[in-house]
Amino acid sequence: MTVLLLIVLLPLAGFLLNAFWGKRLPKVVSGWLASAVVFVSFVLSAYYFAGFVSGTQTKIDADIYRWIQFGDLFIGFGFLLDQLSAIWLMVVTGIGFLIHVYSISYMHDDERFAQFFSYLNLFIFFMLLLVLGNNLLVTFIGWEGVGLCSYLLIGFWFKNQDYNNAAKKAFVMNRIGDLGFLFGMFILLTHTGTLHFSNLASIQPGVLPKWILVAVTALLFIGATGKSAQIPLYTWLPDAMAGPTPVSALIHAATMVTAGIYLVARTGFLYAQAPETLTAVASIGAATAILAATIGVFQNDIKKVLAYSTVSQLGLMFVALGVGAYVSAVFHVVTHAFFKACLFLGSGSVIHALHGEQDIRRMGGLKKYMPVTYWTFLISSLAISGIFPFSGFFSKDEILAAAFAHHKILWVIAMLTSLLTAFYMFRLLFLTFTGEFRGTEEQRHHLHESPPLITIPLIILSALATVGGVLGLPEFLGFHHWLKNFLSPVVAKSGAHAHALSHSTELALMGGALAGAIVSIAYSYILFVRGGALPVPEGEEKGITRLVYHKYYVDEIYEKIIVQPVMFLSDIAYRLLDRRVIDGLVNTSGRLSMIAGGQIRKLQTGYIGYYMMFMVLSLVAVFVYALLIRL
Amino acid sequence: MLLHTTLFLPLAFALLSYLSGNRFSRIVSFVGSLLTLTSGVLLWYTFRKGGYEAIQISKAWISSPAISYALLLDGLSMALVGLTVVLVPLIILTTFKREVKRPAVFYGLLLLMQFGMLGVFVASDGFLYYIFWELALIPIYFIALIWGEGQDVSFRQRAIFKFFVYTLAGSLFMLIGFIYLYQHTGTFALQGLYQSKLDKAEQLWLFWAFFAAYAIKIPVFPFHTWQPDTYREAPGPGTMLLSGIMLKMGLYSMMRWLLPVLPQGVEFWTPYVIVLCVVGVIYGSVIAIRQDDLKKLFAYSSFAHVGLIAAGIFTLTREGMQGAVVQMIAHGVNVVALFFAAEIILQRTGTLNIARLGGIRHIAPRFATALMITVLASVALPGTNAFIGEFLLLVSAYTYNKWLAAAAGLTVILGAVYMLRMYQRVMLGDTTADTNNFTDLGKTETIVFAVIIVFIFLFGLFPSPILNMLENSVDMILALSFRTAL
Amino acid sequence: MALLSIFQTVPVHYYLVVSAMLFCIGVLGVLYRRNAIIIFMSIELMLNAVNLLLVAFSAYHNDSGGQVFVFFVMAVAAAEVAVGLAILVAIFRNVHAVDIDELKNLKW
Repeated sequence: MTVLLLIVLLPLAGFLLNAFWGKRLPKVVSGWLASAVVFVSFVLSAYYFAGFVSGTQTKIDADIYRWIQFGDLFIGFGFLLDQLSAIWLMVVTGIGFLIHVYSISYMHDDERFAQFFSYLNLFIFFMLLLVLGNNLLVTFIGWEGVGLCSYLLIGFWFKNQDYNNAAKKAFVMNRIGDLGFLFGMFILLTHTGTLHFSNLASIQPGVLPKWILVAVTALLFIGATGKSAQIPLYTWLPDAMAGPTPVSALIHAATMVTAGIYLVARTGFLYAQAPETLTAVASIGAATAILAATIGVFQNDIKKVLAYSTVSQLGLMFVALGVGAYVSAVFHVVTHAFFKACLFLGSGSVIHALHGEQDIRRMGGLKKYMPVTYWTFLISSLAISGIFPFSGFFSKDEILAAAFAHHKILWVIAMLTSLLTAFYMFRLLFLTFTGEFRGTEEQRHHLHESPPLITIPLIILSALATVGGVLGLPEFLGFHHWLKNFLSPVVAKSGAHAHALSHSTELALMGGALAGAIVSIAYSYILFVRGGALPVPEGEEKGITRLVYHKYYVDEIYEKIIVQPVMFLSDIAYRLLDRRVIDGLVNTSGRLSMIAGGQIRKLQTGYIGYYMMFMVLSLVAVFVYALLIRL
Repeated sequence: MLLHTTLFLPLAFALLSYLSGNRFSRIVSFVGSLLTLTSGVLLWYTFRKGGYEAIQISKAWISSPAISYALLLDGLSMALVGLTVVLVPLIILTTFKREVKRPAVFYGLLLLMQFGMLGVFVASDGFLYYIFWELALIPIYFIALIWGEGQDVSFRQRAIFKFFVYTLAGSLFMLIGFIYLYQHTGTFALQGLYQSKLDKAEQLWLFWAFFAAYAIKIPVFPFHTWQPDTYREAPGPGTMLLSGIMLKMGLYSMMRWLLPVLPQGVEFWTPYVIVLCVVGVIYGSVIAIRQDDLKKLFAYSSFAHVGLIAAGIFTLTREGMQGAVVQMIAHGVNVVALFFAAEIILQRTGTLNIARLGGIRHIAPRFATALMITVLASVALPGTNAFIGEFLLLVSAYTYNKWLAAAAGLTVILGAVYMLRMYQRVMLGDTTADTNNFTDLGKTETIVFAVIIVFIFLFGLFPSPILNMLENSVDMILALSFRTAL
Repeated sequence: MALLSIFQTVPVHYYLVVSAMLFCIGVLGVLYRRNAIIIFMSIELMLNAVNLLLVAFSAYHNDSGGQVFVFFVMAVAAAEVAVGLAILVAIFRNVHAVDIDELKNLKW
């Protein structure tokens, strides 16, 4: 337990050190300090992970202290470490460490270097809290905490109000999802009295009414759509590319955005009892996957392409969750973390070399200037496209097979998505690295391969992207699916997906997917290398291209139907309702008493004669009254 | 004994700091508030050692009508006494860097107000309570009127006068309620009123006599229109006193003097009141989005937050009550920090207009961090004090009615919208002509923010001291609120 | 004794009529005259009407309490005149008039 606590607290300590004294430390020290704490966390995580692998480590589930307790309400603050959280632990600390190291070089010119690293450490801290929480509320601390770090890091260069807008958008959209998460917790808390995963898991199926299960899972899934950028809350992620590139790699590709997958996998026992929600999860995942993939085809910003690719891949993972293939989803999370982090870091290397240029229309021919970046980028692109024997091939194939077994339409969509993925990834690769350089002379003059601190993480990640597939070799070919066995104690209860497919079908699917990907890549090659095609300049898109290029105008629609009405309502409520109507009523009542006083005071003329007259008359009236009573 | 010292030290030091003259009044009042804080902490310590057993004092005062000098300190009172004794030194500390005209009077009034508010939180005789209730209003009227900072003096006079008359009018309804209660029960004592046997028709209108006073003070929608202008026009410390402590008098009184005394009236009116509160939550949040004046924005945000607290109280659930008190304390601390930030901005730039601000984070990183943390606490990020309260309050709202809770839950989103919007426009981007020469936090200012930030995380991660302390009181209030009429 | 008998021989309702008339003259004087000094005199007239009545009833009932009251009234009246005339003098110094139509600032 102490060690586990250390894993979580080390990044926090790193954050505090860099936040308070970072400015006074030399950049090298503060950068390496931040990396070191994450590295130690990684080593400790690896210790646990190795324990789980060898079977010596058992599940840890303990409260550290009583957080909220009165009456019969009890919510502890505690950690849960099992195989599922161990995997995330490894990904978060491992890739986190590589990206820290990368950032030392990438951010070395930034004057707020230490602050950047403190935020990164804080992010790791919250992410670990999210993954290790033994009840939903502790997870929720991490959940909102990573959202906060995302906000801080997207808007890291806060002088640019566009970046700040992107940061705010990310935070608010996440908050919309978080409201769903919160209400899911409210329902669970009121109807089961607990938020602890182990207690919830021990509730027998059939005890909870159906509507509760469906409502809870649906609400938690709304939370997941916010964090993992699914329809309808996905639009923040492409904008989030405003942040420094290591941030995009760490938060918006490898770790934070997979929190939604983690949540669904973690509460899989609830989802298993609510097939309606699972259908919704699969449908939304599929819709997001294909939507984002089509948008990705027409984007010209190197990071935006990757962002839409991330949204699309996350959609695929939700498809896997929706069809009950939790292991495949987790598998894809891991491999995706490898190759997508590598791709983002590679794009960062390119941007770095071009001094901030992100438009692929002004790149090209970088292969000969930056070979390491090129080769790692190529490997990762092959992996994400699902080319044998790279890792993406195995994980994506599992998802496709699971989708096929569940519903053919899901499979068609997932298949289309992966074809599009292969196409736009290689469009990106070809436009960036092959052909002639299309930038300015000055940029060409400064072109250079990035320093080792940047290339070494790239190499490590591309190596992982290459061999990551061994975690889950296909079972139907007689291999040992290591990940499935590893996760079996955790996800067994969630009604693990039964492969009802015959060997030949699986083999055919696999071959089909591979062939499709190769054809896509070939088409891309023909278009962009042979044909030398270039994306049209800004504003000259036509017809459907224009629609897709503008991301189906979803942002504009949201602006029109949500943001503007709320703003309008705010103005109306303030100016009309508050100032005129309600305050008007208050002021009117005040004014009425003033008017009444004004009228009555006219009786007081100031002439003594009148006063004496009134006096006499009232006396007479009193006497007459007394007399009348007497009579 | 400690209860008396805690209560009367502010009065004594109010006189002392008035008599000590303009040169020393600030330090005298600060020392006084620190002594009160010490006494309050000791009081809490003994209270805790006594197993949270309520401390009661009662001495006959006036025989006819039967009025006694009666004090009661239970968990609920202790929580709010604690809030008061902690906030007042901080509020005095916020004035250290600014010029205050006629300081002797100012600090005297400030401590006098603390005396009044403390009295409200511990009095257990209706008449005594009413005296303290009104006593707390008078100093803040003068503070707001004389030390207010708005450019437009006649507007300020009208706004403050409206605040005074409005809240006083509400209090008079309460006075009528007390007189009626006295005539029908023969006592002003809290315990006596708890055993009152009023029929339903009486309770139905008596409810409004009390509720009017509290609803205006808190304020609950639609009795809130005095609030934005008053907060805007009052000087920084005055706004902090008003929003940090004084409005909790209304919330506290609901739990102490309304729910347990008039259970049937409460039962009947609860649905309407909760709807009003929830409407206020959304209404305040929506309006806050487009506010261009920093203090008004905070005022509407505070209005939205207290609406949720009031709704939680009226759900008559354990979560609601516990959450309400936790949130009162959290809100008190956080809103003081927010208004202090507004005060700092006003003192340095001379404006509260958000459109004229910007880029402060670049030149004042310490201030930016402090405000960021306060903003996060205010939007109830988990781990901060407000999250515990908001979570419990929303749970209680959910148990009362799902859809009302869903509506109230919108504050989670809207709060993020207006707070981040504010932060972005005030702190981020490029500096403007008004913010070019912004200086970072000084020593006393850093201390104030540091203390508040410690509170934010302390109670966010370890709320159990408050929760445990409240358990007895909440149980009692709930038991009394559900007693059926005889 | 002789004086007392005179009082007693005259029927009491004569006194009533006379004092009522005196009082009405006083009231009308207060209401109709504009000169503050004359108003004062009218007030004195009313007081004396009451005094006459008090003395008459005192004799009628053979109770000296009424006469004691008369002394009180006279003492108070003297004091009142002293204060009142002083006020009048003060007003006269300010506005150079003792006409009550000129004194119309007694409002609000």
